Amino acid sequence: MTDQQQPIVIEGSGNAQRPIRVLVAKPGLDGHDRGAKVIARALRDAGMEVIYTGIRQTPQMIVETAMQEDVDAILLSILSGAHMAIFPKIMKLLQENGVDDVLIAAGGILPDEDIPAIEAMGIKGNFGPGAKTQDIIDFVREHIDKDRLQKPLSAIQQSGSPVEDPKAGETAK
Amino acid sequence: MDLQEITERTLAGDKRALARLLTYIESGDPSGKSALAQLHKHCGRAHVIGITGSPGAGKSTLVSQLTLELRRRGNKIGVVAVDPSSPFTGGAILGDRIRMQELIGDPNIFIRSMASRGSVGGLSAATRDVVRALDAAGFTHIIIETVGAGQAEVEIVRAAHSIVVVMAPGMGDDIQALKAGILEIADIFCVNKADRPGADQTASELRALLTLDQRRKSGDWTPPVLKTTAATGEGVEKMADELAHHLSYLEQSGALQERRERQARSEILALLYQSMITHMNLTIGKERFGAIVGLVASMENDPYTAAAILAKELGIG
Repeated sequence: MTDQQQPIVIEGSGNAQRPIRVLVAKPGLDGHDRGAKVIARALRDAGMEVIYTGIRQTPQMIVETAMQEDVDAILLSILSGAHMAIFPKIMKLLQENGVDDVLIAAGGILPDEDIPAIEAMGIKGNFGPGAKTQDIIDFVREHIDKDRLQKPLSAIQQSGSPVEDPKAGETAK
Repeated sequence: MDLQEITERTLAGDKRALARLLTYIESGDPSGKSALAQLHKHCGRAHVIGITGSPGAGKSTLVSQLTLELRRRGNKIGVVAVDPSSPFTGGAILGDRIRMQELIGDPNIFIRSMASRGSVGGLSAATRDVVRALDAAGFTHIIIETVGAGQAEVEIVRAAHSIVVVMAPGMGDDIQALKAGILEIADIFCVNKADRPGADQTASELRALLTLDQRRKSGDWTPPVLKTTAATGEGVEKMADELAHHLSYLEQSGALQERRERQARSEILALLYQSMITHMNLTIGKERFGAIVGLVASMENDPYTAAAILAKELGIG
């Protein structure tokens, strides 16, 4: 039996248990979301709650949605080649809004030479063509911050103020 | 995690704190419960609107347009959109936001998607508590979009002040409208996709059937039948007007207090039921309960006798 048949829940305090919540987001202007939908469906079948917002999302839309939905992970799918322009904006907005406890991963068409820069931004696990959905499920499950709800909530940063290390609090126990 | 801080930040309008509070509430975390107890005195100001109807009738698009219209009128709107959880894996695709793109970026709009998490009445167990938190956070209007509802998903009556039942033309003849269930709970009917053929007929059939309602006394609210085209926003202004009319009807007739009492009653009973189950797990234990279940399943005992035995052991029979 694979993990895909096992509902994935996070043990909370008391008897509380909850499914992992994931935002699958398509930033930029490409209109091809077959891959994003396949992943959304696979995560659903793995017992996660997947918020899917459709194509052509701006960094502001993605960050605001992630914040209002209080997701455990954001999976960015991009094929247009604009990742080096868009990803830094998303990361900056997340920092400014104090969202420092969410796993960010990316997939789509991301050239090898860009991967180190993408990882340096704090975006983990880059899944290109041929990636297995089970690997993505396992990745999300392993890398989300399972103790997120027990930690203090960061304040919204003023623009220009020192920003915390985005990777702090991101490691799973 | 400092609950006091989260509660204070929620009351001060901090969306991130509100979002986190909703997570505590939704996951049944004890801190969510204590926060709600604190927030309760700030509740009771919002107009809670339920939007229900069959899948694909246009609920999400209509919610989006209604929210924009209420914003134009200077209000602050919270949206709670419920989509179904898989009964097999517990997973869910929450896709109502796809139709609500225009609402993102407005600081006076907050949208939260919820999965039904095993509830069958069109809402999730925590929906009412999430609405309460949004109410305390100062939203003047809270719109609940139910799971795509069939005929009997009427849980929304226990959560909203005004209920809009959305229908699309061509979904069945007038016998459907005679049936009990979802059509009985409407305060406002909305025939959406009114640019399609058959909309006029659907609307007039509904109106005709409303005249047959014998329970309605003179002076009671008569549900208006509206035609909307959510894709263009046509008819949505009228819908917002009718919602405002309905709220003032509720206030003036005393029906608002009645609805509140009805909702409070069902909520308290549900919580009581929950604590009884918890109490049973702690006292009798799952093993003993399992043994009693086994006797019924193997036809050695009937469910009535089994329940009587349990009640006796719990000291309530």
